[in-house]
Amino acid sequence: MNLVNSILDIEEQILIKPDATPKAPAKEPGKLSGSQAVLEAFIAEGVDTIFGYPGGAIMPIYDALYDYHDKLKHILVRHEQGGIHAAQGFARASGRVGVVFATSGPGATNLVTGLADAMIDSTPLVCITGQVYAHLLGTDAFQEVDVINITTPITKWNYQVTDASEIPTVLAKAFHIAKTGRPGPVLIDITKNAQLDKFAYSGYKRCDHIRSYRPKPVVRKEFIEEAAQLINEAQRPFVLWGQGVILGKAEKEFKAFIEKSGIPAAWTILGASAIPTDHPLNVGMLGMHGNYGPNVLTNDCDVLIAIGMRFDDRVTGRLDKYAKQAKVVHLDIDPSEIDKNVKSTVGVWGDCKETLPILTQLVEARQHPEWLQRFNEHKQIEEDTVIRKELNPEGEKLTMGEVINVINELTGGNAIMVTDVGQHQMVTCRYAKFNQSKSNITSGGAGTMGFGLPAAIGAKFGAPERTVIAIIGDGGIQMTIQELGTIMQTEVDVKIVILNNEFLGMVRQWQQLFHDKRYSFVDITSPDYIMVAKGYGVEGQKVSARADLQNAIKTMLDHDGSYLLEVMVGKEDNVFPMVPQGCSVSEIRLS
Amino acid sequence: MKQEYTITVYTENQVGLLVRIAIIFSRRKINIESINSSPSEFESISRFTLVIQETEDVIKKVARQIEKQVEVLKVYYNTNDEIVWQELALYKVSTDEIAEKVQVERLLRQYGARAVAIRKDYTIFETTGHREETQRLIDFLSPYGLIEFVRSARVAIIKASSGFHDKLKEFEAAEPGEEAVENEYLGKREELFTM
Repeated sequence: MNLVNSILDIEEQILIKPDATPKAPAKEPGKLSGSQAVLEAFIAEGVDTIFGYPGGAIMPIYDALYDYHDKLKHILVRHEQGGIHAAQGFARASGRVGVVFATSGPGATNLVTGLADAMIDSTPLVCITGQVYAHLLGTDAFQEVDVINITTPITKWNYQVTDASEIPTVLAKAFHIAKTGRPGPVLIDITKNAQLDKFAYSGYKRCDHIRSYRPKPVVRKEFIEEAAQLINEAQRPFVLWGQGVILGKAEKEFKAFIEKSGIPAAWTILGASAIPTDHPLNVGMLGMHGNYGPNVLTNDCDVLIAIGMRFDDRVTGRLDKYAKQAKVVHLDIDPSEIDKNVKSTVGVWGDCKETLPILTQLVEARQHPEWLQRFNEHKQIEEDTVIRKELNPEGEKLTMGEVINVINELTGGNAIMVTDVGQHQMVTCRYAKFNQSKSNITSGGAGTMGFGLPAAIGAKFGAPERTVIAIIGDGGIQMTIQELGTIMQTEVDVKIVILNNEFLGMVRQWQQLFHDKRYSFVDITSPDYIMVAKGYGVEGQKVSARADLQNAIKTMLDHDGSYLLEVMVGKEDNVFPMVPQGCSVSEIRLS
Repeated sequence: MKQEYTITVYTENQVGLLVRIAIIFSRRKINIESINSSPSEFESISRFTLVIQETEDVIKKVARQIEKQVEVLKVYYNTNDEIVWQELALYKVSTDEIAEKVQVERLLRQYGARAVAIRKDYTIFETTGHREETQRLIDFLSPYGLIEFVRSARVAIIKASSGFHDKLKEFEAAEPGEEAVENEYLGKREELFTM
């Protein structure tokens, strides 16, 4: 497509606009092309890694990139969806803005899933898409798609640049918007003429203020005082935290708050790893496949303190039976989240990095041993009915949980765990051990299968010093398996574990439990993954016996470079506990 | 209980903002009964006026979603008793028919109508007012053959509003002051949610 594209592009020059011949821009003092201005903006914003895929309408930017290759590392992905998921993984592992290049038309539409994913999971991205010449807009030109309107509902902000001189200010705005307030994806669509045209460049000025945009609210202490009073009067307070704690870089402030107040705290899957798994006040995971105690006791606490989370339906279950007995304190940076799903008694709008220390100062130092004991009792029930047989199974077949458990033992909980979507995701989130923040990278709100492999590649570029392990199902891996090509070319070190149950397991589980075991199109076949990996120059092996598991994982971790480990697990294993859809969190099933 | 709300949105004058606002409603399958975009008291700032039938709970959430858009400065929602509003309507009728069968002075007086164009073959009347008022003239003219009719979107002024002048200063300041955290529509306790 690229060759055709570039030929057509040349024709376009000759036939349609003979005067605008694109060529490498010569250096003219004080003048930059729009493309150069884009790359100068990146450098000024501290960008060093770009995930992208070239094509006709973004060729001027790629041409300029040729001269910037010493300052900007470009990762050539195998599909634009892989590019944007990699940028998401990069952003989540590093806490920085992920940057993506794609061409117009299909290049841009291939970003859509990643944009939707980044939007709902609040991931800061700046995506640059090429667009046809401004004079061709609306003419159904080759590879012209109305990207701005397609992406409007799934971007925090988007903008089409048709004039090169706009680029410095627009990109400054883009980075400011992507990373401040509640972060999110920004898409800038740049017409080809704006990439090519030269303009008088007067330097790059970072944006720190947009009059219609208030990312950082004024902290209103009176509401924090009200919240503190509720907390101080509480007998059974319970903290729920989400990714807001990580995005706000407020892990320390959060830890200080729960330690002083002595309140048990549970996490959403995007909030996982903000405090270590083995912290005594960390009582586990919320939601549909979360831990028993946190779900049941949500309907028993007297004050519920939600911090940087949005009461997703996978966390709350049936809303009209959710924490009705409790007074609710909700801290969030996005005012539209407060009272959206769960009505709060006190809403604290603000950046938790600022609000939490004030709250910590106002709450009394307490301990809640009896209340914490309730969590331990529930933990014991879950241990006896679910966890033990998942982690130390008596059956012959391997379980997903024991794979994660062996990984925990061998990494000590120091790896970044990246998952795809499905049963393996829930099992990883449930059982993975985390010692440090930004260690659980998963597609939460959107539930995007195919996220895992590219996100793991991006995560490794975002945190090169850390071990990155991608846990992926046999369904999800086949959605973006082409990114093995990116691994091959960049020689990035990603450990890939395919948990193969020869089914689309989560859908199969639902069909078993709620559709009379009518297994409709969930028996997916797999290629020989080891051979496929080998074709991409990636070493690997397949195990199905317990006796081989430990060694296989050790071999994978010790291997110099990427490695693919396929583990055959029980075909019809289910993930429990489970809050069935439409049920209350306290109706959670253990089997 | 669903009732009629008028939503007033102050925005930057930017291409694409109409879509950003409109899809907040269409995503939730809420019908926009009327929408108007016009300049505001500031040259660079646009003012959208929308009319929606919904419960206050939904309107409140939708208003926050609109205000969350980067280029939206401020959103207000009001019930009908909190605003003064007008709609404009134009009616095209046959001049012969009207001249023969209608007492035109009575029509002008009784319905507050104006004749804005009189040609040999047609006459155009105009009224402004609330929906019922413009509707009354349709009912009256229909028997005489209404050739064309069109009614504008609602435009509304909020009775209690002191305009946007002071607020804009706050928005333009790098550090927001207390003024910028005022928000009538969310009530006293929720004042903190405003931008």
